[in-house]
Amino acid sequence: MSRAIIGRGPIGVTSETPRIDMSTSLGAMQLDAPVLTASGCAASGRELDEFFDITHLGAIVTKSIMMHPRAGRPTPRMAETPSGMLNSIGLQGPGLDAFIETDLAWLEQRGARIIVSIAGSSVEEYVKIAQKLRYVSGFDAIEVNISCPNVEDRGQVFACNPEAAAQVVQAVRRHVDQHTPVLAKLSPDVTDITDVAHAVVRAGASGLSVINTALGMVIDVDRMRPALAGVMGGLSGPAIRPIAVRCVWQIREAMPNIPILGMGGIRTGLDALQFILAGANAVSVGTATFNDPSAPIRVQRELAQALHERGFASLQEAISFAHRAHDVPEPLLAQFTVDESDGDPDGANEDGKEITEIVVRPADDVVDEDRPVAEVVQIRRDTGTEPFDQYKDWAADQAPEPVPDGQ
Amino acid sequence: MPIQLRAEVLDVRKAGAYSVLSLTAAGMPELARPGHFVTVSMGGEESSMMLRRAFAVYQVKSRGVYGGTLEIVVGVEGKGTQWLSERRRHDVLDIVGPLGRPFILPKERVPCVIVAGGYGSAAMFMLAEQLRDRGCRVDVVMGASTESKLFGVLEMKRASSKLIITTDDGSAGERGRVTDVLPGVIDKSEAAVVYAAGPMGMLSAVAAIAAEHRAYSQCSVEEAMACGIGVCMTCVLPVVGADGVTRMVRSCVEGPVFRGDRVRWDDVGTIPSDAFGAPVVEAS
Ligand SMILES: Cc1cc2nc3c(=O)[nH]c(=O)nc-3n(C[C@H](O)[C@H](O)[C@H](O)COP(=O)(O)OP(=O)(O)OC[C@H]3O[C@@H](n4cnc5c(N)ncnc54)[C@H](O)[C@@H]3O)c2cc1C
Ligand SMILES: Cc1cc2nc3c(=O)[nH]c(=O)nc-3n(C[C@H](O)[C@H](O)[C@H](O)COP(=O)(O)O)c2cc1C
Ligand code: FES
Repeated sequence: MSRAIIGRGPIGVTSETPRIDMSTSLGAMQLDAPVLTASGCAASGRELDEFFDITHLGAIVTKSIMMHPRAGRPTPRMAETPSGMLNSIGLQGPGLDAFIETDLAWLEQRGARIIVSIAGSSVEEYVKIAQKLRYVSGFDAIEVNISCPNVEDRGQVFACNPEAAAQVVQAVRRHVDQHTPVLAKLSPDVTDITDVAHAVVRAGASGLSVINTALGMVIDVDRMRPALAGVMGGLSGPAIRPIAVRCVWQIREAMPNIPILGMGGIRTGLDALQFILAGANAVSVGTATFNDPSAPIRVQRELAQALHERGFASLQEAISFAHRAHDVPEPLLAQFTVDESDGDPDGANEDGKEITEIVVRPADDVVDEDRPVAEVVQIRRDTGTEPFDQYKDWAADQAPEPVPDGQ
Repeated sequence: MPIQLRAEVLDVRKAGAYSVLSLTAAGMPELARPGHFVTVSMGGEESSMMLRRAFAVYQVKSRGVYGGTLEIVVGVEGKGTQWLSERRRHDVLDIVGPLGRPFILPKERVPCVIVAGGYGSAAMFMLAEQLRDRGCRVDVVMGASTESKLFGVLEMKRASSKLIITTDDGSAGERGRVTDVLPGVIDKSEAAVVYAAGPMGMLSAVAAIAAEHRAYSQCSVEEAMACGIGVCMTCVLPVVGADGVTRMVRSCVEGPVFRGDRVRWDDVGTIPSDAFGAPVVEAS
C-alpha cells in the first residue's frame, strides 16, 4: 500500500467537512480528533488503513493483549443478533512481546496515536504486562480491559466487582510510567456503574472507557443448543447503544470531571453526538466497522457536520451539553418557523392572550451560521403574553424585521 | 488491496436455486483473482443486520459502459441472502472486495481437477478458464444434493476439459457424492493439483483423497465471518504452518483458500490442545 502519510492536523478541516475544532482530550492525552477505534474491532489498525488513513482518527485502540500467546475460544465465535452481534473470541492474540515487536512498531512507524488495551486473568498478569510496558515507548495511553474472568476468583469478571476492578487498576497504575494515562474499561453488567467508576478512579484510573459488551446468549433453534461454542458472549452494536448512553450519562452526573471514552453501538455521527452530549470526551467505533470498514472516519466526518448544524464551533462546547440543557433554551425553534396555515399566532398576540400551542415546521434559513444555535433561540422561552415582536417577521402581512440579537 | 464501493445492480437472473447478481464495480475486475470473495452489506443503512455476507467472485468484466462489472451467485440460506435475492435492477449495494487469498495457479502445464459442491462452483469458472489459458487439462467434478442446486453446468461444460456431475438424489449426473467419483478422475488425469470449494465436510474428504493420490490440494473454506477484513478474529480455524505449528488463523485474510493438507479438518470448531496459545490443561 502506498498512501502518502499525511501530517496530523484537525480532521475537521477538509473540503467536505465544516470548520469545527474537533480537538479533545482524555485527561493528559491530547487528541486532534474525537473518534477512535474500539478494542477488538480494529485489530492493530493495519487492515483498516487500507480503507482510510488511520492517522486521521483520534487514536487506534488495539485489541486487548495478554502476557502470553492465546488461541482464544473454539468456533462458532459469533452470532448476528437484531442490530448487533454476540461474540466470544476469547482474547485470541500473539502475546505481549510479539505485539510490541510487530503491531506496536508498525503503528508507531505509521504515525498513529495509540492506546494499548491490556487484559489479564489475574492481578499478577496485569502487573507483569504493566511492568513490561513501562519500558516501551511509542504509545500514548493504556486501556485496561477488566471484563475478563479472574481465574483466582472462580472466574468472576473483575469489572463486575468494584474491589476487584480497583485492585487491577491500582496494580497497573503503580507499575506503568506515572505520566501514562490509564483508562479503565467498564462493563455494563453491574447494578450501579457509578460504584465501579468511583472505585477505579480512587484506585488511580485517569479516565473511563464506557462500555464493554453486555453479556448475552443466543440459542440456535435448529441445532437446539447455544449458538456460540463459548455458550455466552458479549453483545455489541446499536442494540446496546441506549444502555451505553445511559452509562455515560450516569457517570458524568456522578463525576463531572473524569475523562470518558464513550462507546457502544455507534454507527453514525448522530450516534456519536449522543455520547458527546451525554458527557463523553471522545468516542470509539466498534461493531459498526464490521458493517462498514470506513465507519470510524465516516462517523468522525458526520459528527463534525452534526456539530456544525447545531451551531457549535468546537467539539469541546458540546461535551456534556445535555446535562446543562435545562439552563439553555431548546435549540429546535431556531430551525423552525410558525406554520401559519394551522394557527394564527399573530392574531393571538393581538388578543393579548398567551400562546399555548404553536405548530412548527422546519426552515433551514433561520439559523445564523456564525453563532451557536443556543444563542439564536431564546425566542421560545419568552413566549408569553408580550414579546410577540419576535415572531413579527414570520407574519405574512408584516414587513420582516431582524431577529433581535442576544435575546 | 480491497476497495469499498457503492455498486448498482445491473441485472438479477435466476439459475436453478440461485440468483446471479450483476453489479457495477469499477476497479474490482482488475484486482480479482479466482478464489477471491466480496462482502455485501445487508438491508440498507438502517438495517438491523449489522454483518456483511461473503460471496465468491463469479465473473468479472473490466471493460464496458460501466467501467467494470462483477457477478456473484447467491443461494438463499437465511434472511440476508433472502433480502439479497430480492434486489432488482438499479438497487444499490455496498460491496467490499476483492478479499482473501486466491487460488494459486501451477507454473507448469500440469493436469488439474476442480471439485465444486453447490454454489462452490461460482469461484471455479474463472479458475478453469485461467488454468486452461495456461495449457492445463482441467477435469471438473460438480456435485449437489439435487439438480437445482448445481450452478452453471452448461457453462462449466465449455470451461472444462471434462465435466462429471453427481447429485445425492440422482436427479442429474451420477447418484452419489463428488468424493465417490473423485479418485477415478484423479487417477485417470494424473492430476497434480486438486482445487475445491464447497461445504466443509466435502473439503475435508477431498483433501484426504488428494493426499492419498499425492496431489497438491487447495480448498476454499467457508467459516462464519463478522468483518471479512481481518479485524475481528471470528473466522478462525486450525491450520498447520510451514514450521509445523498449528495456529488459529483467520480464514478471511489468510484464506479462504488453504492447502488441504495444512487444515486440521477434524479439529475445525475446536482449539487443538497443541495449537499455538492453546489453554494449558491443568491436572485436577
Ligand atoms: C468466503 C465465503 C464465500 C462464500 N461464497 C458464497 C457464494 O458464492 N454464494 C453463496 O450463496 N454463499 C456463499 N457463501 C455463504 C454465504 O456467505 C452465506 O450463505 C450467508 O452469509 C448466509 O447469510 P444469511 O443471512 O442468508 O443467513 P443467516 O443464517 O441468517 O446468517 C446469520 C449469520 O451467519 C453467517 N453465516 C450463515 N451461514 C454462513 C455460511 N455458510 N458461511 C459464512 N457465514 C455464514 C452470516 O454471514 C450471518 O452473519 C460464502 C461464504 C464465505 C465465508
Ligand atoms: C468482536 C469483538 C471483539 C472485542 N474485543 C475486545 C477486546 O479485546 N477488548 C475490549 O476491551 N473490548 C473488546 N470488545 C468490545 C468493544 O471494544 C466495545 O467496547 C463494544 O463492542 C461496544 O462497542 P460497539 O457496539 O461499537 O462494538 C470487542 C467487541 C467485539 C464485537
Ligand atoms: S471475519 Fe473478521 S477476522 Fe475474519
